[in-house]
Amino acid sequence: MSKTIFEYSSSGRKGVTLPRRDIDTPLEKMIPAEQLRQKPARLPEVSELDAMRHYIGLSHKNHFIEKGLYPLGSCTMKYNPKLHEALVRHSCFNNLHPYQPECTLQGSLEILYDLQEALAEISGMHKVTLQPVAGAQGEFTGIKIVAAYHKAKGNHHKTRIIIPDSAHGTNPATCALVGFEPVELKSNSRGRCDLDHLRSIVDDRTAGFMLTNPNTLGLFEDQIEEIAEIIHSVDGLIYMDGANLNALLGIVQPGKIGFDVMHFNLHKTFTTPHGGGGPGCGPVGVVEKLAPFLPVPMIGKNEDGYFFDYAHAETSIGKVHTFYGNFAIQLRAYIYIMTLGAEGLRRVSENAVINANYLMALLKDHFHIQYPEYCMHEFVADSSWQKKEYGVSTLDIAKRLLDKGYHAPTVYFPLIVPEAMMVEPTETESKQSLDAFAAAMIEIAQECREHPELLHDAPLNTPVRRVDDVRAVKVLDPVFPIQE
Amino acid sequence: MPYISNTDAERREMLARIGVGSFAELIAAIPEELRLKQSLNLPEALSELEISSLIHDRTCGNVCVQNANSFLGAGVYDHFIPAAVDTIVSRPEFFTAYTPYQAEVSQGTLQYIYEYQTMICELTGMEIANASMYDGASAIAEAILMSLRKNKLPKAILPATLHPEYVKVIKAYTEGNGVELVTFASKDGVADLADLAAKMDDSVGCVVVQNPNFFGNLEPVTRFKEIVNTNPKALLIAAVDPISLGILIPPAQYGADIAVGEGQALGNSMYMGGPLFGFFATKLDMARSMPGRIVGGTLDKEGKRAYALTLQTREQHIRREKATSNICSNESLCVLAATVYLSLIGREGLVEVATQSAQKAHYLADTLSALPGFALAWPLTPFFKEFTLTTPVPAEQIIRDMLNSGIYAGVDLQPFGHERKLLVAVTEKKTKAQLDEFADALREMNYE
Repeated sequence: MSKTIFEYSSSGRKGVTLPRRDIDTPLEKMIPAEQLRQKPARLPEVSELDAMRHYIGLSHKNHFIEKGLYPLGSCTMKYNPKLHEALVRHSCFNNLHPYQPECTLQGSLEILYDLQEALAEISGMHKVTLQPVAGAQGEFTGIKIVAAYHKAKGNHHKTRIIIPDSAHGTNPATCALVGFEPVELKSNSRGRCDLDHLRSIVDDRTAGFMLTNPNTLGLFEDQIEEIAEIIHSVDGLIYMDGANLNALLGIVQPGKIGFDVMHFNLHKTFTTPHGGGGPGCGPVGVVEKLAPFLPVPMIGKNEDGYFFDYAHAETSIGKVHTFYGNFAIQLRAYIYIMTLGAEGLRRVSENAVINANYLMALLKDHFHIQYPEYCMHEFVADSSWQKKEYGVSTLDIAKRLLDKGYHAPTVYFPLIVPEAMMVEPTETESKQSLDAFAAAMIEIAQECREHPELLHDAPLNTPVRRVDDVRAVKVLDPVFPIQE
Repeated sequence: MPYISNTDAERREMLARIGVGSFAELIAAIPEELRLKQSLNLPEALSELEISSLIHDRTCGNVCVQNANSFLGAGVYDHFIPAAVDTIVSRPEFFTAYTPYQAEVSQGTLQYIYEYQTMICELTGMEIANASMYDGASAIAEAILMSLRKNKLPKAILPATLHPEYVKVIKAYTEGNGVELVTFASKDGVADLADLAAKMDDSVGCVVVQNPNFFGNLEPVTRFKEIVNTNPKALLIAAVDPISLGILIPPAQYGADIAVGEGQALGNSMYMGGPLFGFFATKLDMARSMPGRIVGGTLDKEGKRAYALTLQTREQHIRREKATSNICSNESLCVLAATVYLSLIGREGLVEVATQSAQKAHYLADTLSALPGFALAWPLTPFFKEFTLTTPVPAEQIIRDMLNSGIYAGVDLQPFGHERKLLVAVTEKKTKAQLDEFADALREMNYE
């Protein structure tokens, strides 16, 4: 068990030296007594070495991409190039203030303008805002735009958004946040939207439809043209959740096949680091009729150079971020796109699809696959055989994978597949690493037959054994009890 | 091809193993007419050398605050960051890791979030904090929505002294949920408490105070609770500068129910305003209404101390449309920077950073307000590290003139509806010589 940073504290120990005071006005002369803090916050008092040992020690307890395969479906845990890290740390990026005059930000604005254009081209959308800082905030922005469109048209009766049962939880949560009522659409036996069901629930109240394409089963929603026709016939808008865009680069432009608005996850498709849960970036692209509703500012360009463009402020949904979004993340995605170019991006998707299908081919005799057709960039296997025959669950298998140096796939999702394991290897993995991962999975399938107890016990070799997350809820302990 | 491992030969081998002759067979599910017929229209791919040189060219189009004498603030601040912070934040073990859903291989991330939550509670006096929100603005918006969940009262009262960019974000976040935003007036650059008292009624769900406020001024925070309590169900939301909490009274002590704020100043570079991160803390009895991820201590199978995400049934991946928020990714790596920063700067260091920032700001305020034509906008109102000046000419002109001397004079408040007002921020990084240089440059302009 590792100590917390607070347990390294020794009264008076310092980790940093600050300059001597060259102005020394007493606090009481500046700030009213009743507003002064009586006791300092009990922050740690540690040396720099204490802190380094502690946090580097913690880092050893994490799985990360450089350590081993990270086959999380719909999360696109591809390799994050180190070049990006080196370039973004330039002092003329990290020391920029958002309220500097535009003439001192021309380099950054040019990058952002070019990134807006590149994402518009990749998606086939008319315009792209870079402001949302996460996929879920991109969804929020996109669905706000749907709301603004209907408000502008006087469509006050449009209160519902249709969402397939295979969708990410953020989709219905976003609808609720914007004030729409989510309506669930069933999947058919092919793992796609059930169009008969869709026709039966679409009516005048339908404001829009949120669709992940390829969907969370890794299957391309091949009826998108009919879906678009049905939704557009009642003046609804179609939103694409871009979580799975890694399958479509240079192959399909969502803006050209019926989608009206979509978000990108730069931290998935465009390889900006996940950071242990952010910062991400969730730009939103829209077709022409929705451009007036995009957040302000956009990045504009005229004969004098680049500028923050507030021209459509009157019709805009306003702002979703204090400033212009996660610039440091946008910058990494720009570098990535410039490094790959059109041909490289297409190769990304091709290899992502080949890697997923190859892995599925290696595993299909060992794990049940509910929709066994060729997949796009990910596929969903499940442990229903293992569960039925040997009483081993997907959770057990996931934990056993940790023992073998791999991260687990996305588990128990999508909700429509019992004991689901959603696997997305990404294009950056080699054939050899896929072979090794498949071998580990097959070994686990064998363990299920021969030593099922081993799986219930897993993981055995991780920094801690199976963590009791029920206890974490029952005995809520969100704060370390600092001793004076 | 960069970052793709498989060779053409391996690709053929893999396609054969799959049982297809070509890639095209794999995507047969995509109707032919939906496919892109030509190549994307993007610039030619660049090598590592070429992109490095292009990016270097772009940096030359920027003038960063390091190469200038900057007094810019208004939500994003240039505080000192110890070098060791970046050493930790740039470790792939942290930055390429995913959200810590698999607790057994994410103890590093989970533990730093737990330590961060503890530090935020120490700073604010609260009992529970989440793993972060996107920024200070969305943290306030989420606090308002949480208040609505808690007491079902639709009205949220905002001060006229709240950051105007925050107000825009709050509007976007709350308008679909039936929240009615009401603004109460300001007087002398801070809240007009009489107006707040007049606006309190049974439908008020929460009152927001920002301290220091947008203009840098210290609100009479200790007098809010009594007024808010005229509706016993109403909550007080305090948005605070975490650096200020080195010397200022913590929100819990003046009765705040939810404490939020912009966390960038804690060890995170400015990056033109992003990434930022919002902190969010409250009382334990409201834990189940909170948005965002929360880490809790627990035990592993062998009874060893361990950490896990907790109270997840509030969240979108479980509760879907009934979740407390749609937030999923937050700003975890920024939180790591803040945690390492607060560890290094320590108990006395945070007091020193806050004290020096205040001392230097007050020295500059005294010096600048003595210049002909310049004055503090509200001379009797206390402030922390940022103050508002009334200027003899439009602030925009001063900003332009000072730029020629390599000085970022501050933020022009004219776009926010305040003519001839300049918002000037000072941190501990400024030396007395830099403050004097700013004053001298202004004096030489002879605006009056």
